Amino acid sequence: MIEFQDLHKAFGAKPVLAGLTLEVRDRETLVIIGYSGSGKSVALKHIVGLLHPDAGDVIVDGRAVSTLDGPALTALRREIGFVFQFAALFDSMTVADNVALGLRRRGLAEAEIAERVREALALVDLTGTDERYPAELSGGMRKRVGIARAIALRPRYVLYDEPTTGLDPVTSAVMDRLMVRTREHLGATGVVVTHDMRSAYTVGDRIAMLYEGRIRQVGTVAEIQASEDPVVRQFIEGRPA
Amino acid sequence: MIERVGRGTVRAINAVGRFGHFVGDMVRAVPDVATWGRLTIVQMRRVGVDSLPVALFIAAFTGVVLALQASYTFTGTVPLYFVGTLVGKTMMLELGPVLAGLALAGRVGASMAAELGTMKVTEQVDALETLAYDPQSFLVLPRVIAGTAMFPVIVALAILTGIVTGWVASLVLLDLSTQEFIKGLKLFYRFKDTWFGLFKSATFGFTITLVGCVVGLRTRGGAEGVGRSTTQAVVYSAILLLVLDAFWALVLLR
Ligand SMILES: Nc1ncnc2c1ncn2[C@@H]1O[C@H](COP(=O)(O)OP(=O)(O)OP(=O)(O)O)[C@@H](O)[C@H]1O
Ligand SMILES: [Mg+2]
Repeated sequence: MIEFQDLHKAFGAKPVLAGLTLEVRDRETLVIIGYSGSGKSVALKHIVGLLHPDAGDVIVDGRAVSTLDGPALTALRREIGFVFQFAALFDSMTVADNVALGLRRRGLAEAEIAERVREALALVDLTGTDERYPAELSGGMRKRVGIARAIALRPRYVLYDEPTTGLDPVTSAVMDRLMVRTREHLGATGVVVTHDMRSAYTVGDRIAMLYEGRIRQVGTVAEIQASEDPVVRQFIEGRPA
Repeated sequence: MIERVGRGTVRAINAVGRFGHFVGDMVRAVPDVATWGRLTIVQMRRVGVDSLPVALFIAAFTGVVLALQASYTFTGTVPLYFVGTLVGKTMMLELGPVLAGLALAGRVGASMAAELGTMKVTEQVDALETLAYDPQSFLVLPRVIAGTAMFPVIVALAILTGIVTGWVASLVLLDLSTQEFIKGLKLFYRFKDTWFGLFKSATFGFTITLVGCVVGLRTRGGAEGVGRSTTQAVVYSAILLLVLDAFWALVLLR
């Protein structure tokens, strides 16, 4: 279980998160929606300790993330797959090496690594791209490699930062299907950050809206669709103010 | 006014603090040989390939100029074989390390800052961390160790090149014989001349690559930020290099 507990984070004088409290239950997929710049990526990065909170904390299975360091932090990160907004593939490495990097760190045998890389690339429909470099791939393919890199580690949690942003509708639907497939395949808990409502309804069990640094509303897909909160309504219907 | 000075001081102290922190993290990553070992070889090759041609090119011309300048200065009052002394001493003690160092700052330091800066702004550094790698042992140590180890080698070759071109210039342009050139070279030579230059070079290599890494990993703000970091890396490392050069002269040559 992942719990955000009264998380505060500011950059300089600008508060981004101001008392974010939210719970991600085991085996669910929770979607976090919110405007651009509302701090969704910032919230996600706190889960793996890439950012340090000003106050409050994120608790992952009873461990307060900001208090971890060294081996304990490494152990936590091994349970979490992070899919970055712009894929963040290593330019200097082939697709296969990108996917294998996390596995090498675990000291698996090369044969086992090769097998897992093949499996992960097959899961994201990218069989045969092993020897290509990230610069030779389209944006959608790169994002899929990013997913493969995260799931090759068989994590218990997968965090997706805007998996469908910048993709055409069909490729977006492919990404949605992938996220559902990944979850079935790994039985992992998912957190998906997005402002694509169609994707949110497809992959989410529950949806939480981040607004002005805290959670405006959280509920099942049906509850959010039926929300009477004007802020939530405006966002999900995509109406300009 | 006082406020501005105060704020500047605080900023400077913070910068030094962050730098100290960075070096501390780097030292802590040293036992992780499994990660940095193989990558260091890759970086050593890169430092060599990137800087050797420029370093040798500069040294070759410097050797010729030194020989001509020496004879011009001596104007017959000083025996001509002192040309060998001057070329040798100057290349070994100062111009070999410093000119190659400035070339290295421009090429290797800049390219490291640009590379790490790009990795930083495209979240590749974050991605490394989520894969349970320490950027210090994966990115920084291989580069700093490669710079420190390779640079004395590059400088040694540069010094050799400069002396050879100085000798050729003396033969062809100054009517100096090989025996006389070598006599001058040996005159006043001390073993310290060699190790001083090479030791200094190692500290230059360390500084340049470390600055490249620190500045690169601090990059913010997209492509523009990467450009800024690249320039900063060159400027800072060139300044530090010259300060360090004066420092070693003060400490070791007196
Ligand atoms: N490392 C950082 N340093 C300074 N400011 C930052 C940093 N990371 C994020 N911010 C700021 O925090 C705010 C929230 O950023 P964040 O990336 O979390 O937004 P987001 O909700 O993910 O938006 P988007 O949908 O556009 O990705 C932004 O104003 C951003 O400029
Ligand atoms: Mg974001």
